[in-house]
Amino acid sequence: MRIQVTVNGTAHESEVEDRTLLVHYIREALGLTGTNIGCDTSSCGACTIHVDGESVKSCTMLAAQADGADIMTIEGLASGGELHPMQRAFQENHGLQCGFCTPGMVMASVGLLEEIPNPTEEQVRIGLEGNLCRCTGYHNIVLSVLACAKGGSA
Amino acid sequence: MTVVEDQPTKVIGTPMLRREDPALLTGEAKFTNDLHIPGALHLAVLRSPYAHARITSVDVSAAAGQPGVVAAYSGADLQDLWAAPMPCAWPVTPDMKNPPHFPVAVSKACYAGDGVAVVLATSEAAAQDALGAIDVQYEPLPVVIDLEDSLSDRVVIHESEGTNKSYTWELKIGEDAVDAAFANAAHSVKKRYIQQRLIPMAMEPRAVAAIPQPYGGGMTLYSATQIPHILKIMTALTLGLSEHQVRVVAPSVGGGFGSKLNVYAEELLCVALARKHGVPVRWNEERSEGSQATIQGRGQIQDIELAADENGKLTALRVRLIADMGAYLQLVTPGIPLLGAFLYAGVYDLPAAYDFSCTAVFTNMTPTDAYRGAGRPEATYAIERTIDALAGEMGIDPMELRKRNFVQAEQFPYTAFSGLVYDSGNHLAAAEKAAELADYEGVRARQQTQNVEGATKRLGIGVSSYFEMCGLAPSRVLASLNYGAGGWEAATVRVLPTNKVQVVTGSTPHGQGHETSWSMIVADKLGVPPEDVEVLHSDTAISPIGLDTYGSRSLAVGGVAIDMACDRIIDKARKIAAHQLECAEEDLDWGQGVFGVRGTPESSMPLAAVAFGAFTGHNLPDGMEPNLEAHVHYDPPNFSWPFGTHICVVEVDTETGGVDVQKYVAVDDCGVQINPLIVNGQVHGGVVQGIAQALFEEAVYDEDGNLKTGTMTEYLVPAASDVPPITTDHTVTPSPTNALGVKGIGEAGTIGAAPAVINAVVDALSGLGVTDVPMPASPHNVWQAIQAATGGTQ
Repeated sequence: MRIQVTVNGTAHESEVEDRTLLVHYIREALGLTGTNIGCDTSSCGACTIHVDGESVKSCTMLAAQADGADIMTIEGLASGGELHPMQRAFQENHGLQCGFCTPGMVMASVGLLEEIPNPTEEQVRIGLEGNLCRCTGYHNIVLSVLACAKGGSA
Repeated sequence: MTVVEDQPTKVIGTPMLRREDPALLTGEAKFTNDLHIPGALHLAVLRSPYAHARITSVDVSAAAGQPGVVAAYSGADLQDLWAAPMPCAWPVTPDMKNPPHFPVAVSKACYAGDGVAVVLATSEAAAQDALGAIDVQYEPLPVVIDLEDSLSDRVVIHESEGTNKSYTWELKIGEDAVDAAFANAAHSVKKRYIQQRLIPMAMEPRAVAAIPQPYGGGMTLYSATQIPHILKIMTALTLGLSEHQVRVVAPSVGGGFGSKLNVYAEELLCVALARKHGVPVRWNEERSEGSQATIQGRGQIQDIELAADENGKLTALRVRLIADMGAYLQLVTPGIPLLGAFLYAGVYDLPAAYDFSCTAVFTNMTPTDAYRGAGRPEATYAIERTIDALAGEMGIDPMELRKRNFVQAEQFPYTAFSGLVYDSGNHLAAAEKAAELADYEGVRARQQTQNVEGATKRLGIGVSSYFEMCGLAPSRVLASLNYGAGGWEAATVRVLPTNKVQVVTGSTPHGQGHETSWSMIVADKLGVPPEDVEVLHSDTAISPIGLDTYGSRSLAVGGVAIDMACDRIIDKARKIAAHQLECAEEDLDWGQGVFGVRGTPESSMPLAAVAFGAFTGHNLPDGMEPNLEAHVHYDPPNFSWPFGTHICVVEVDTETGGVDVQKYVAVDDCGVQINPLIVNGQVHGGVVQGIAQALFEEAVYDEDGNLKTGTMTEYLVPAASDVPPITTDHTVTPSPTNALGVKGIGEAGTIGAAPAVINAVVDALSGLGVTDVPMPASPHNVWQAIQAATGGTQ
């Protein structure tokens, strides 16, 4: 079917197979490979993006379902060569190691603070439980999100 | 100006932010699966649903006719592509059984997930779709998944070998002393522990792309691998290619933890089929596929027996292991238990009375191999659990028993029972720091009031002190263990004409931040800003020589090689400076990137001027070659021996079996820290992987050999909400083995964590008579242990 989506501010019109997952559309049709695929059960959250302002695991949606949507991927977060405050907080707090979960983790974290601007540590941990990381033990990811919420580095 | 030899370090020791991060944070970094490769065919592998079955026929004709399919092959169709079976580089004994293992099985499937046929198609979806059209006829065979059952040879998996036993390897020191110690022991304990199988689950699934080069028959192999250098050699040997025809590139790699320290069927298949078809071939692992097709870790039965005198001082140790190899031997599968063999005495001053034996068996499960810690977490778990058991038997505090047995600070360098020399340490200092941070005495006091008769929320505290043998490894020691390669690392440092520095390293990062850390070492050494240091790696065309990243070796071997290369640069630069300043080399002081003539402040020459002079070659000493460039191949004279004490505080709900980790303290000593930000990150991640083994993770197989926990919904990789914050601290005992004073830190957290957690859980339940809880200490397993100990009265 034919879909129209806006991704990181750019309008796209594409022909997609009915079965194409949104994450595959973003990666393969649009070439935006920052959104990663880490599992096949919607468990890991590496593919988290924003659809109409909400955090969504892009493996849980068909591309067809995104028709008309306004999408932001990790590539759209930084602007004018400046990292988004959440990206900066992750760097300043060493919230990433291998970086594979990071795009999804950052997008989920941005979404979390939009819902809960000043979360407690426990709220951050629960809010990110849909995003798995194997390197950091989450300690510095949690610090990153809390630092971003406070508007500065740790 | 005054310059002195020993400038205080400027960058080393500071928490410098990682230069790797911006590309990873913005999605610009390219993992193998992100590469855009026009014209690539996609490989899909049909995997046996049976754990053990004879393959009686494979018909790929229907699949070959499916839309988008270019070719489909059975194992037999591909057999003439292999010059040798898949490699195992660690024949630990001369008579070790190593059954031939090919990328696609021909006559038998030996585990569920063993490849039996492949499809090449123009898209990943078309390749996957076509797998269903392949007709394989199987004759199912009886299955062995239990290690002791396998040893009985009731079912022999590899008929050519005649037995399921791969090898028995022994380390016996003072056999008579062992017997005498046990005969005369005031106290002895004998325990059996099970190291459950674990699935490494690096967040990036494996991915491979092989691209034929336009001329000369060469091949570029992109792979999500930890070991491009080893993979290059092994790919050439296995496919019968010249080594120079294979270039291996590891792009951004999304974690490994040992699971990408291997030579895999899909890597060989992509190269072989790209050659056969003359077009690029790529493969992306699916997560549930990887649970079967990527190596697993641990998988041991440990019988450990400890003798002690009346004060609890250890007098002898006996260990019997049965180690699960899985269906075949992968790259270093058989050596993993040996890496633990030297560590069963942990941090303790054991006399020369040690009796270790490991028997390795094949089973109808995915092959095992290195997983973070690789043999050393298993050993540490066994000794640290057993120390607690001995303390329990003696009725003394487990911390006190540890202190009585620690190798003391003044004993270093300490020649251990094994003959290995522990280079430096101070176990007491680390333990006391951890005890203070964990409020050890305070928790003990709270237990008195909380863990009373009828209490359903019981408080426990567990200690684990570890010694890690890492920085793999002195090549001569590896030779004595029959390992098929050395343990050195290569480094090249060159100062470019404009005083920018290029570093080429043979170590291969996959999340550890090597570019940042290596630039810090060079910055301090050569007096240049870290941002002026370029670090190149992970491509065998750029870094042709190297031994890659595993065994916490990158800094203690690869980083030291870079430091040594900088020394050689300075030596040459000093000759040039002396020549141009017309003074003796001995009259030059070096510091902050400048050579100065001692006593003549106005006469100096910065490295930038030396580098440009070396580049032009206009005015060099007679016979000197132009340019500032140094190559080092550093073979470490010893392992590196990080150590520390971890303490875990838990509350166990006796009604549900639930374990709540209330506090986790890790005090680690990795010698001098280059970048404390990265050190702490390694500890955090390692600890959580250890907690995960202790509480959550297990590769569960049913009796037919089906993996029941193959997806992330069943295999419980912990989430942020499952684990506590980690309190980290350090002692700093520099390593005397290398000039940087550094030790490894990549595996320490995992080594320390699991026994600390389980010791805490058992401690919480000791009042109920519980003496052991199996890993993972899931609510079910904890509750069962309580029921068994109390006869169901709790």
